[in-house]
Order: sequence, then C-alpha cells, then structure tokens
Amino acid sequence: MRLPTRRSPAVQPVLHGATWWTNGGFDLRVGVQIDGLAVMMMFVVTTISLLVHVYSTEYMRDDRRYTHYFAALNLFTASMLLLVVADNTLQLLVGWELVGLCSFLLIGHWWEEKPNGDAALKAFFTTRTGDIGLLTGVIMTFFVVERATGQGSFDIMAVNEAALSGKVGHTLLMMTALALLLAIIGKSGQFPLHTWLPDAMAGPTPVSALIHAATMVVAGVYLGARLYPVFYEGLNIGGGGINAMAAIGGTTVIIGAALAFVQDDIKKVLAYSTISQLGYMVMGLGVGAWTAATFHLFTHAFFKANLFLGSGSVAHSGSHHSFDMKKSMGGLKKYMPQTYWTFVIGTLALTGFPMLAGFFSKDEILATAGESDYQFFKYVGLAGAVMTAAYMVRCIYLTFFGEYRGGQPDVHGDDAHAVEHGHDGPHESPRLITGPLWVLSGFSILAGYLNAPAFGIEKFKEWFEPRVAFPETLIHPEFKMADAATAVVVVLIGYALAYAYYWPKVLPQNLSERNGLARAGKTFLVNKYYLDHLYTNVVVGGIKGPVARAAYWVNQNVIDGVLNGVGRGARVAGKFTYAVIDQKGVDGAINGIAVGTGEIGDATRKLQTGRLQFYALMLFICVGLFGLALWLGH
Amino acid sequence: MLLNQFLLLGAFLFCAGVYGVITRRNAVLVLMSVELMLAAVNINLVAFSAYRAGDVVGQVFALFVLTIAAAEVGVGLAIVLLIYRNIRSSDLDDVDVLKG
Repeated sequence: MRLPTRRSPAVQPVLHGATWWTNGGFDLRVGVQIDGLAVMMMFVVTTISLLVHVYSTEYMRDDRRYTHYFAALNLFTASMLLLVVADNTLQLLVGWELVGLCSFLLIGHWWEEKPNGDAALKAFFTTRTGDIGLLTGVIMTFFVVERATGQGSFDIMAVNEAALSGKVGHTLLMMTALALLLAIIGKSGQFPLHTWLPDAMAGPTPVSALIHAATMVVAGVYLGARLYPVFYEGLNIGGGGINAMAAIGGTTVIIGAALAFVQDDIKKVLAYSTISQLGYMVMGLGVGAWTAATFHLFTHAFFKANLFLGSGSVAHSGSHHSFDMKKSMGGLKKYMPQTYWTFVIGTLALTGFPMLAGFFSKDEILATAGESDYQFFKYVGLAGAVMTAAYMVRCIYLTFFGEYRGGQPDVHGDDAHAVEHGHDGPHESPRLITGPLWVLSGFSILAGYLNAPAFGIEKFKEWFEPRVAFPETLIHPEFKMADAATAVVVVLIGYALAYAYYWPKVLPQNLSERNGLARAGKTFLVNKYYLDHLYTNVVVGGIKGPVARAAYWVNQNVIDGVLNGVGRGARVAGKFTYAVIDQKGVDGAINGIAVGTGEIGDATRKLQTGRLQFYALMLFICVGLFGLALWLGH
Repeated sequence: MLLNQFLLLGAFLFCAGVYGVITRRNAVLVLMSVELMLAAVNINLVAFSAYRAGDVVGQVFALFVLTIAAAEVGVGLAIVLLIYRNIRSSDLDDVDVLKG
C-alpha cells in the first residue's frame, strides 16, 4: 500500500558560502550546506571518530609513529566533514580525494612491511578508478544546471533542483548518474571494485573501524543520498523493475556475504560483511528507499564500528596481535567476557535480530523494495540476511567458543606483550578499549528506535529527510507484521544453520573435502571470484605486456622519428639564429649600447672633480641658464 | 617709490655672495658669502613688501629668514670648528674624504 507522503512546511537548509576563486567571470564557491542529512552524518562521523580516538590511545600505545597516526586520523575526520558539509560538488570532490588520501596513509601506516604498502596502493588506485567517474560526474552536474537555468553551477541544491525540473534531457541525467554511480562503486566497495576493501585490513584496526563505519566507504553512499534527485531521474528509480544502482547493490549484497564464509581472518569477515551491508545501502537507494538506506548507514556505522573495535580488542589482548581465527583464537569467551558480550550485541544488531538497530533499518529497505516495484530485490535482501546471520555466527564460534588455539600460556611466557602487561595468556582489554565498545553497543541497541514504524516512530524521516529539491513520490512503507515475521524467520534460519554446523555437528563436516562441487565452489570463493587475478594479471599485466611493448614500438619509431626530425630542424634554425641574429644583430646592438655608455661615462667623469665649489659653480651656471631661458621664453 | 634701486642692490649683493661661495677657500668666508646671499634675498622681500603697501607678508618672511639664517650660521660655524679641530685646516679643498 502506498502512503501519501505527508510533508511539513519546507525548511530550507542553512547555507553559507564565499567565493573561492573567480574564473572568467564565473564564481567558484566554497561553503556549507547544513540540512538534516548533513547533521546526521556529522553526528555519526564525530561520534565514531571520538570513540576511535579514545580507543586508539590504548591500542596504538608505543606505536612507532604514534603522532603521525593521530595526525592522519584527525585529517581523515576533518576531510570527511568537509565532504559532508559541502554545498557544491566541487568542494565535495576535494573532501572525497582528501578522504582517499588519508585512507592511503592509514592503511599503509606500517609500511615497513611490503604487503601493507601494497594494500595502501591498491586501495588508492582502485578508488581512483571510481574517481574518474566522480570527476566526470561533477563536470556533468555543471551542465545539468546549465540546461535547466541557462547558468551553469556546481551548487548541490541547484543540481538537485535542475534534475527535478524536467528541463534537462534524460540522456544527460542518465550519463551523469552512471558516472557518479561509478564513483560510488569505487568508494563504497561495490562489486566489481570491492577488492580493495578486504586488503585495507592491513591498517591498524581502529582505522578499519573508522573507514568502514564513518568516513571512507560511506562517502559513496552519502554521495548517492546527497545527489539523489540526479539518480532518481537519471536511472528512473521511480519506474520500478530494475536499474543499474539496485543491480549493483543487490549483486554486492550476495557476493560480499558469500566471501565472508571462507575467510579465516576475523577482520576480513567483517570487511566482506561491510561490503555486503554497503550493498544493502546502495540497493536501498536504487529501489527508492532513501530514508531506509540512510537510516541503515546510520545504524550500520555503530554496530560495524563496535564489531571492528571488538576484533581489535581480541587481537590486542586475546590472540597476540593475530587476526587468524582458526590459528590463534577460540574459547576467548571466558577470558574476555566484556569483549564477548559487546561483540554479540554488535552481531545481533548487524544480523537484524528483532528490536536491535539492524532489524529496523534493514527491514525498512526490504519493506520499501517490496512495496515498490522491486520485488526481486526484496528476495535478494532476504537471501543476504540468511547469509549474514550464518557467517556472523561462524565468526563468533571460531573466535569465542571451542578450545583456545593461541598456544599454551606458558609458551608465551617470554612474549614482550605478556611481560609488558605483567601476566600472560589471553585476558580482558583495558577500560580505554572496553569503554568505547560499551558505548557503541548502547548505540547498536538504541539507534534503531529513531525510526521504528512498528511503534509509530518516524523521527529519522522527520528530522533528516530533505523537504526541498527532493523527489516527491518516494514510498514510506507501513509496518507489516508479515514482512517483519518473514525477516525474523529468515535470520533465525541463518542462525540455526550455522549453529547446527558448528555446535552439535549435525550437518556434514568438511563437505568441501569430499564433494567435488562443494570444493570447486569453495576454491572459487577463496580466490575471491578471481577478480584480483583479473585485475592484476589480465588488466595490469596486459597493459604491462603487449600494450606497453606496442606503446614502446610506437614511441621508438613514430614519435621518436617525428621528434628527431623536429630536433634536426630546430638545430639548423638554431645555428642560423646564433650566427646571424644573435651574434650580429642582438649582440651588435648590445655591444654598441655598452660602448656608447662607456664613452659617455668617460666624457662626463671629468666633471666629477670632487671639489665642492666647482659643483656650486655648475649649479649657479645652470640656474642662470634656466633663468635666461625663462626670460627669453617670456 | 623706489623699487629698481633696491632690486639692483639685492642683485649685486647676491652676485657678490655667489662669487664668494665659488672662489673663497676658507670655509668661514664661504659661510659669510652665504649670509650675503640671504641678505640679498631679504632686501628683495622687504622691497616688494613696501612696494605693495599694506602687505606685510614679505616683512614677516624676512624676519623668518633672519631667524633661520642665525640658526644656520650657528650650526655651520660649529661644523667648521669641528673640521678645523680634526684636520687642522679650514680649507674647503682639504675636506674631500668623500671623493672617490
């Protein structure tokens, strides 16, 4: 059922700006646009960033580049805020690139080990591929406004109004939307450019929390929400069926969740989980669920930060700085009860356990997809929910249950870390780490109640949904018990499957070792769909090999030939210039001037006798002559 | 009213002053010649002031010139005295330390 959208009187965003520079009579501006969406993002960014800073003071204690780390972390937050408050797409682009730079610095924080540096480069270059789309898209927004009003502008409000005005050709809007979608794919880890995100785990864990929850990857979703009218009109989102944005998001939901099953590294499980959840957000935007998608961004920030910081806590105090669940974790529940409970709360919120944050936000995306003409994506989302529930239970089992696999405590008796703490073996993290975990757990439980249609609360929509320059026909679904029940059942099935596999061992174990099909599937997943092979060997290798050789041949024979010809011609011309023009013409003139000056100087130096009275005489003679001239002239 | 005679007197005194400044070697005599030139100017000022009956600007100007001239002679003689103390001479041709 479609509810008529009830709107309060339009509230204009707060706009302040100044001219950045003027070019050919056109003002390029810099300024802030504060509306509900920006306020929501500023809250998320600053809250998570604060908690990550507090956490880092303990986690990064005694780091070799402690100050560099915090400087980059601060710049990261500042760049994200610059992006969030931007009132024009050009300023947004600046913030966007700064965010990318900071993630490069932080992922490569321990660059002495080569894999970390490689991961930083990979993150930078992969997102740069998407940035091509952003640059193109930003330039195109200028012309979108020009088509609508006759005067081009990068102003975000103007772009949104122009997109909705109906005066802009659909092709231009579609190309703009697709270019910007490429930017989202790169930045928000969407298929097929998601490969940098798991590698980005090379950075310190608090950085991963910040990247995944508040700053880097949500920038793409924020771009989608910020310029939503462009996508809405350009991709014809109101039309139903299928569109590029929803398709990309839906694909990402499934492929991200599938990859999370075969990871042994706890942070990589969470990384693929983020990819999958970002897929939900992009899919939500793609099916017209603007409020639900941004709401999911909001709640996801808290529980994903919670989970990442929790995994950091495990590595910090439980597993001797290893993130391998199968080798150095297991059975940590009894050693780290606080980390365990906060991690469980985060997991329940992420998987959409009833009455926790993820339940409200994820269900709203699915409900909107169901209400509009995007039935297919509702089922994609439900499938994703089963997988999310299952891989998170697997992750909890491997980390906190079973036997501790990190070696006997006495084996690690000489461990520097153990000596530093005065005792050995796994233990609970200090309060500077558990404190932020509990705060985030609180948010993971409560954040969902901002928008819980089940209880008639729609504060999120009321506060944060734009009322000007925004599509009028968005759907806000009513709460339906059947939908919610389906979602809950689906999540419980996910839990049950994983529980059955890991605890009582009722399901067949080690299927992949006995069944060829299962083994092939697992190999495919372990190799991450061979996307890295595609990028490294086919794309990069292709460019390095034949393309580079061909370019070299062209360079040697064609370009060099032309250059040599030009060079020879230039040499002849140069000789002529030297002999005739320079030596005879220019030098002659200059020497003449110099000789003339010298002769005049020789003549006049005789007047410089150094005798004061001679000077006085000259003065009087001159004055006399001057007076004579005046008198005669009169 | 006689004007030409006064102007001729002023011109004569001025030329005598210039002649003195250019030809005398003794610094004191040069200073005196400068005073002579100033006196010539004063005569001109007073003459024109009297010529334009009722206009006292020229006379006031002359008074100022006298005052400034007195100060100038004071400073000038002090300089001559110091030069004499340093180089035992008041000959202007000997004061050529700035000559390149």
